Amino acid sequence: MTVLATGAATTPTLALVGVIGVLGAVGTTLLLERSLTRILLGVVVLSNAINLLILAAGGPAGRPPMLETQTTAPMNDPLPQAMVLTAIVITLGVTAFLLAMAYRSWQLEGNDEVRDDAEDRRILRAAEHGDLRAQIRAERERLARAEDDDLRGTS
Amino acid sequence: MGPLLVAHFVLAAVAPLLVFWWGRNAFLVLAALPAGTALWALWQAPQVVAGPSPTWTVEWAPAYHLVLALRMDVLSLVMTVVVTGFGALVLVYCARYFTSAEPGLVRFAGVMVAFAGSMLGLVLADDLVILFVFWELTSVFSYLLIGHDAERRTSRRAATTAFTVTTLGGLTMLVGVVIIGETAGDYRISHLVSDPPAGAAVTVAVALLLVGALSKSALLPFSLWLPAAMAAPTPVSAYLHAAAMVQAGVYLVARLAPAFSDLLLWQLLTVGVGTATMVLAGWKALRQNDLKLLLAYGTVSQLGFLIATLGRGTDAAAFAGLALLLAHALFKAPLFLVTGIVDHGTGTRDLRHLSGLWRAMPATFGVALVATASMAGLPPLAGFVAKEAVFEAFLHPARAGSWPDTLVLAAMVLGSAFTVGYSARFLWGAFADKRDLPGLAPATTHGPGPLFLAPALLLAVLCLFGGPFAEWLSPALAGYATTPGLTAAQSELHLDLVNGVGVAMVASAVALAGGLLLFRFRARVARLGAQCALLDADAVYRRVLRTVDTLALQVTGATQRGSLPLYLGVVLLTLLAVTGIPLARVLSDVPAVEPRWWDSPIQVAPALIVALAALGTLIVRQRLFAVVLAGVTGYGTAVLFVFQGAPDLGLTQFLVETVSLVVFVLVLRCLPGRFSTPVLRSRRRWNLLLGVAMGALLATLSIVALAGRQHPPVSDAFGAAAQQAGGSNIVSIVLVDLRAWDTMGEISVLAVAATGVASLLFLLRRVPNAARHAPGPSVPIPDPAGDPQQHQQRWRSPPLAWARATAGVRARATEQAWLPGALAIPEERRSVVLEVLARMLFHTILLLSVYLLLTGHTSVGGGFAGGIVAGLALTVRYLAGGRFELYAASRLQPGSLIGWGLTIATGSALAAILTGHEVLTSTVVDLTLPVLGHVHGSTSLVFDLGVYLLVLGLLLDILRSLGARIDEQSEHAGRPQEVRP
Repeated sequence: MTVLATGAATTPTLALVGVIGVLGAVGTTLLLERSLTRILLGVVVLSNAINLLILAAGGPAGRPPMLETQTTAPMNDPLPQAMVLTAIVITLGVTAFLLAMAYRSWQLEGNDEVRDDAEDRRILRAAEHGDLRAQIRAERERLARAEDDDLRGTS
Repeated sequence: MGPLLVAHFVLAAVAPLLVFWWGRNAFLVLAALPAGTALWALWQAPQVVAGPSPTWTVEWAPAYHLVLALRMDVLSLVMTVVVTGFGALVLVYCARYFTSAEPGLVRFAGVMVAFAGSMLGLVLADDLVILFVFWELTSVFSYLLIGHDAERRTSRRAATTAFTVTTLGGLTMLVGVVIIGETAGDYRISHLVSDPPAGAAVTVAVALLLVGALSKSALLPFSLWLPAAMAAPTPVSAYLHAAAMVQAGVYLVARLAPAFSDLLLWQLLTVGVGTATMVLAGWKALRQNDLKLLLAYGTVSQLGFLIATLGRGTDAAAFAGLALLLAHALFKAPLFLVTGIVDHGTGTRDLRHLSGLWRAMPATFGVALVATASMAGLPPLAGFVAKEAVFEAFLHPARAGSWPDTLVLAAMVLGSAFTVGYSARFLWGAFADKRDLPGLAPATTHGPGPLFLAPALLLAVLCLFGGPFAEWLSPALAGYATTPGLTAAQSELHLDLVNGVGVAMVASAVALAGGLLLFRFRARVARLGAQCALLDADAVYRRVLRTVDTLALQVTGATQRGSLPLYLGVVLLTLLAVTGIPLARVLSDVPAVEPRWWDSPIQVAPALIVALAALGTLIVRQRLFAVVLAGVTGYGTAVLFVFQGAPDLGLTQFLVETVSLVVFVLVLRCLPGRFSTPVLRSRRRWNLLLGVAMGALLATLSIVALAGRQHPPVSDAFGAAAQQAGGSNIVSIVLVDLRAWDTMGEISVLAVAATGVASLLFLLRRVPNAARHAPGPSVPIPDPAGDPQQHQQRWRSPPLAWARATAGVRARATEQAWLPGALAIPEERRSVVLEVLARMLFHTILLLSVYLLLTGHTSVGGGFAGGIVAGLALTVRYLAGGRFELYAASRLQPGSLIGWGLTIATGSALAAILTGHEVLTSTVVDLTLPVLGHVHGSTSLVFDLGVYLLVLGLLLDILRSLGARIDEQSEHAGRPQEVRP
């Protein structure tokens, strides 16, 4: 009664593949920047790419997955559709959250750039200081030894 | 057994209260439980010796083969008596050692009893896991006990050192426990000992276990923590460091010796390390000036002696070792107690300041004399008998003429000479008259009270009688020595005071003479020892800690650069590698299919638009322009969804994209119009490279996922399932019925996201006070005829609460205005057309949203789409009428909408349980109602209603936070003099 449009192995249309590729590339590039707004745009664009990917993986185009229609044409797989539907709404939630963060960052810092984490920087500095301290300690011990040798030599 | 063990922990819990009520005398009450346990164990003794051993088991987690198993054989019996008996005596001693005003005494009492309980559990446990749990508990409690004087730096440091070292050993041991248990398939100690596993893995595991035992018993190279732990109060030293905790390692060696003593590694780690520790620590004890430190090094030396003997694995050695264990506890504990008394009475325990104390404290001196003599191994005391038995055991090994045994014996005689030497030094140092020191003035010294001395006195008496009456104990100790697995040696198992003049007696005499010589030349020995000292263990320990610390910092510093792009880059690269490499390998297996350019030519137009808009986002520097371009990709995607055959997705994507655009604009109006400086060119090139790689990966993935498909999709059966569920929109059925669990999780995420948004904007409270107290859509109405300047002053941002006072105005104003809230907006920013449209459309849009909710089951729509449409209705009101109009439009708080949404969804999911179905089962309802006629529905509609409310709540939250709240903040920012409502 209901035939899915995914009988034999096939490929999605190249039109969709192309869109997925472009959206994925643009989304990733935006994601790697420092402005929170651009990161957010990256998230939005990348979500579109992934949603299309999931839907395209479900099979070629078909009629909507409704039961009470007259045609018997093959229909599109409903499972990826359900997954994508929830993903779309979640993206909205994430968008709102990141926007709130961008706004807060602007409120506090006067820009929406993601700075390097101060805590991590401190750890890095502490490690460097530790190295320096070890060097100073070694040097001091060497000097003390040299002094001992001198004393022994003179006495 | 079990109830007694539990009683200890219950008593530990109430002990603080008792001490709080009765002061230090509460310790006498606390002592009753360990004392009772010791008596109970003695009463059980005949049965234990006769066998079989009493056991007590509780099935804890049968699925994991976890059993709370306790078992009391002879070894456990001896250890129980030692642990609880000494615990009772030390608790009595505590009642006089401390004053009631001692800071932290309340905690100390509880921890001390808990420690006794853990120790009891450790020696009774018949399961390696249970043993490990109690093992670690003793480490934790000893940390608290050693660090009792938390104000002192040395005390804290000592506690940390002891904890670090013993925990390190404990964790090593845990690995061994798991290896042994998994190899044997059984964690029961009695089973493991009677039927020991073998193999390379077991050898490694045994070595790991021994690392734990050696660290707990402070053998080399872990011995540094025990002398440091002398910062603890003396009762703690007497109990933990003579009778209890350090004996845990000895106990473990004794427990496992029957099973593993035939391994060469075992012999090296127990007999070898033990003997070396005995000699080296004994040598170090000879030059100590602090009485407690002297005893500490002496204890380390004796622990080495014990482990060397008990690890040997012959029945004679096991027999002698157990006797030595008893004798050691009997003489070492009173010596610690005496040190405490001396410290208490004179205020010092430095033997360079003590002189003539034997006259001031004759009874204490008597106790010390007996205990020291036993330590030195003088006849007729317990120490002598035990030491003779050990010498005998090594004189008559399992194989005659075994040279390692002779070598060990020689080392033990040397160690015993050191023992005699430091025993004499202790007695001389604490009590003797010293020529160059005046006797301490009687005014500054005071002898102990009877109760203070009683525990030490009792132990000394036992030392005294332990020798002549040792024979009585022989049958009991032989019960352990005849454990199957121990090698039978060529000597008889008995403890005799007079053994005839044999080699052992000669060895004892040599040791005594050597020891006295060492004492005679004590100053020279001490100087020589100080010169020969190679390593300061404490300095080594500190250096190791420092190195680990630095290493951790360097590793953290090297991996955690704190840069988000860097982290994301690493994540994406990993994704590329992990997905890309297997993908490249299967690519050749994918059947070649004729490529199709499009499903229908009409697909190409949106595809091109989406691709171009996306590329444009990369280039433009104007913020809003970029947002609009991203929006175009979203709308384009929606069109592609529809062409693919997914109208539900298309609808939702359109709606979400619209809301997103509005929200973007709401927030971005505050931010600068252009993006700040772009990233460096090299960086941008790298980003682009990574992006292109990711795009290629996704595109390939989309081809392979479909072309490589081999099995029919699971959704083949969805059509029939949807029919059964009484709906025709399969996607909607999947969401609210077939895969409703996913939806549950997803709406929870939405609730969290909404809360996050609100908390970022309303830092303290979700709702502004004014809105919460507003009694309905009460919006203060400006007087349109008023002076514009005054108008600004009065109406820009009045608190809503204020509206109650102007309630009279409200009625008049609502008659006149399309959107009453809009009256609060300055005239020049209002748009009458928009207001009229908003007013007229609002209810229509709401009706549409309800329609979408209801038809979701049979046609395009559903809770998600409906909720967003309802949210859009509110958005229209807000955009036309400002934030007061938003407050007026919905009296419900977003928080309660979200809460109700979640409650209804979970409630409908759980309701299925009430009717005896699984969670989330839906029921089809067909009703015939008077007016409406036949109604066809499903309980999953209730679930969808929850989704609807939650999504509406999310949108309201977004509008309130990113719209109204930002309005409010910018208004305040513009007029800083105004007080916040």
